[in-house]
Amino acid sequence: MIESHLSLLIVVLPLLAAPIIAALPNGRTPWLVSTLVCWSVFAMACMQLINVNTGNVISYELGGWAPPWGIEYRIDATNALVALIVSAIAAVTLPYALKSVASEIPKKQHSLFYAAFMLCITGLLGIAQTGDIFNLFVFLEISSLSSYALISLGKQRQALTASYQYLIMGTIGATFFLIGVGLLYAMTGTLNMMDMAQRLPALYDHRTIHTAFAFIMVGFALKLALFPLHIWLPNAYTYAPSVVTVFLAATATKVAVYVMLRVIFSVFGFSFIEKTPTDELFLILCVAGILMMSFYAIHQHDIKRLLAYSSVAQIGYMMLGVGFGSALGLTATLVHLFNHALMKGALFMAVGALVYRVGSSRLELCSGLGKQMPWTFAAIVIGGLSLIGVPGTAGFISKWYLVLAAIEKQNWLIVAVILVGSLLAVIYVWKIVEVLYFKPAEENNVHSSVNEAPLMILIPTWLLVLANLYFGFDTDITVGTAQQAVQLLLPGASQ
Amino acid sequence: MSPVELMLAALLIPLLAALLLGLSDKKPNLREAVSLIASLSLLATVLSLLPTVLGGDRPFITLLEIVPGITLHFELEPLGMLFACVAALLWPVNTLYSIGYMRGNKEQHQTRFYICFAIALSSTMGIAMAGNLFTLFICYEILTLSTYPLVTHKGNEAAKQGGRVYLGILLSTSIGFFLLAILWTWYLTGTLDFKAGGILSGKVAGPELIILLFLFMYGIGKAAMMPVHRWLPAAMVAPTPVSALLHAVAVVKAGVFSVVKIAVYIFGLDTLQASAGADWILWIAGFTIITASIIALQQDNLKRRLAYSTISQLSYVILAVFILAPLSTVAAALHIAAHAFGKITLFFAAGSIYTAAHKTRVSELNGIGYRMPWTMAAFTIGAISMIGLPPTAGFLSKWYMLMGAFQQEQLFAVLVIIASTLLNAAYFIPIIYAAWFKKAEQGGDTVIHGEAPKAIVFALMITASLTLLLFFFPEVPLQLANSLIGERP
Repeated sequence: MIESHLSLLIVVLPLLAAPIIAALPNGRTPWLVSTLVCWSVFAMACMQLINVNTGNVISYELGGWAPPWGIEYRIDATNALVALIVSAIAAVTLPYALKSVASEIPKKQHSLFYAAFMLCITGLLGIAQTGDIFNLFVFLEISSLSSYALISLGKQRQALTASYQYLIMGTIGATFFLIGVGLLYAMTGTLNMMDMAQRLPALYDHRTIHTAFAFIMVGFALKLALFPLHIWLPNAYTYAPSVVTVFLAATATKVAVYVMLRVIFSVFGFSFIEKTPTDELFLILCVAGILMMSFYAIHQHDIKRLLAYSSVAQIGYMMLGVGFGSALGLTATLVHLFNHALMKGALFMAVGALVYRVGSSRLELCSGLGKQMPWTFAAIVIGGLSLIGVPGTAGFISKWYLVLAAIEKQNWLIVAVILVGSLLAVIYVWKIVEVLYFKPAEENNVHSSVNEAPLMILIPTWLLVLANLYFGFDTDITVGTAQQAVQLLLPGASQ
Repeated sequence: MSPVELMLAALLIPLLAALLLGLSDKKPNLREAVSLIASLSLLATVLSLLPTVLGGDRPFITLLEIVPGITLHFELEPLGMLFACVAALLWPVNTLYSIGYMRGNKEQHQTRFYICFAIALSSTMGIAMAGNLFTLFICYEILTLSTYPLVTHKGNEAAKQGGRVYLGILLSTSIGFFLLAILWTWYLTGTLDFKAGGILSGKVAGPELIILLFLFMYGIGKAAMMPVHRWLPAAMVAPTPVSALLHAVAVVKAGVFSVVKIAVYIFGLDTLQASAGADWILWIAGFTIITASIIALQQDNLKRRLAYSTISQLSYVILAVFILAPLSTVAAALHIAAHAFGKITLFFAAGSIYTAAHKTRVSELNGIGYRMPWTMAAFTIGAISMIGLPPTAGFLSKWYMLMGAFQQEQLFAVLVIIASTLLNAAYFIPIIYAAWFKKAEQGGDTVIHGEAPKAIVFALMITASLTLLLFFFPEVPLQLANSLIGERP
């Protein structure tokens, strides 16, 4: 009974939990309820992935209304993987949240914070699960609005500006997406993505379809912070509370990349894209993004901001695979989607531990902390190595497939860019390592008595760190699922 | 135990030791006992694999498939056996030396030092036994990363700068070139296994072969071919035991070992010979040998002089392989062992001088032979081996190298070897002369000192005798080197 409603429960459970949590008294209960909800959602997402990993597709009709009239949730390997990423990160983030939130957010806002957090999870999971493009817009707004609220809770006053900036940019993005959806609806008369995909080929040459496509692409390029539409991201990640940064960095942009994949490959079909300059445009923007954002990252003085710029560069890597439009490229995209969530999750958590102890993530305030917080420091080093793509870490697997995809296309320029990007990552990661370890703690430093972060923060951080190492050796889940997904996205493509 | 279990043991003993070392923090005696026992059991393990390999067996084990088609695969072949033996033989000696040195100089963070050392040794074993390029690459990178904390051990500004150069060059060459070359090879051939005769024959030719070869040669920054040699002098900020075992043996030999493996098992000597695409390497290696020797001549810091001497000696191995004669390949394999014993002795002596007399410069060594007779005797033996005179191991490899060069009528290689022998003599003999025949300066701030701690002296006597023994009993390494080129002894 429950199993057949699994796909819906994943979305509905956090949605129902949100108002209940908001009504709870401040204290530990909101945290406890959210944690339980997230863990059960994670368990359900695992079951869902196991169900579809064999290649079958779950179609769930909401309220018993048959598609294309009713809303359909359509789960294949691609979105099951995305739902797993979101729920897994949520499940690891919440135990971490207890201490971190207590130190960064005033107590009277705790239940509201957790309620907004639940709504954000609902939105992201909803985007992943749904097979209806308007329903997708609704969930997009749920996740966006709640993340504006979450970001604005940051301790510094700049959090408000950052949140406002994101609000404006995000709303423009969402509006563009809605315009695109409206145009598609006008042309095809359907909102169900599968149905739309069948009706679109006949309309490929129609100018309205091209306009709709352009609106959707720009709208989501804003949401996923594709260079040069990324300017909201560094501020949002820097000033948001640590927990929010961890969660958003590891999931929000990934979900947006997923929507891109879905729209490009499942709805429009890559044969449509090839006729437009979109794929070349993606490649150019990705190359520019990877190089420029890595340089920006090198010159940052705040660890969170540095990692935020690195995230924009990494999004470039993910979209490269989309630009290639090949089976190998898409595998690389999906694998990196998963692996990047792991590495950025681990890194932002470790930085959050620094913030927990020192109250800031500015580099000069963290000098010499590596010796006082060895476990946090080791987590940053391993997360950083994964970001660079050193063998033995998850990041290496991503790099492997990305470079292979570029070699297959004989695009040597992009091969060079990927490798140079890794070297720039060495520079910015080592910048953090050197400050944390070699720079002596400043004279009459107020942090001289700082010791290691509490276990409630270290354990979730190290879970993700170990996951980075584990997925560097066992790639059944990542590469296996990705290849399964690619067969559905690009039917007929050889592996 | 079966050979496969022994191979696994060789990988796991150092790792297990690292774990135990972590647990024995703040108990120096226990910690050093663990180090010694681990290094001795690794030696026993590696030596008990020797008869299997000499008997012609190639034990292998596939641990797991990382991405479809690419596995973590270990396979023991003669060259790897030779490299593993050298590293395993010198680890216990070096541990003994480390105990004397680290205690004598009252170094900080000694537990971390021993842990990183153990991890480095485990990855060295991994490199020696790697059965495909992928496994080799993983171990290669772990070796780089595990030695970084050792290079920057002192934790001061100089260590930070040295560490930057070290990590910067080694990581950027390996990610920028080596990884690309591996991926390209995979794309061309669909396999990364080391196979006798190579896997690239017929798959790549002309300019593409030259580019691929270039990516491999400069991707393996650990081989220190100019201009990517700068990391080696930079690594000299490390405590001397690190410079001795890692930057004269494990790390640098891992570099030239990989070069030999790739030339023999990936390209195949026949393919290289037929394509003439490898000639440029001879020139670069020759240039490196001569230039590094000239730079060594001008260094007053003893360790830096030794470092530049290492750079020059590493290119001997590269030169020997790319002469592309069977005999010179034997020479390359032998030189990996011969140089290891000689150079570790020299570094041990340098560290011994530093510990006893706190001297780091060549110009301060007048008359030191009488204060530290054992140390300087060992130094003299090591230096003779570097120059390549009998009765030391260095003579052996140089002999084979020259024979190979004559066989291939490589006049350039012959000239390089002769010129560099003269240069080697020019920068080692003055040290020996000063130590034994010059009078120590009197007065001023000269420190009255004697020999270094017993552990140090004992260790350097062992390596010096190994240098001599290898000359008189070269059968085992020679046999291994011969079966590398497919000859049954």
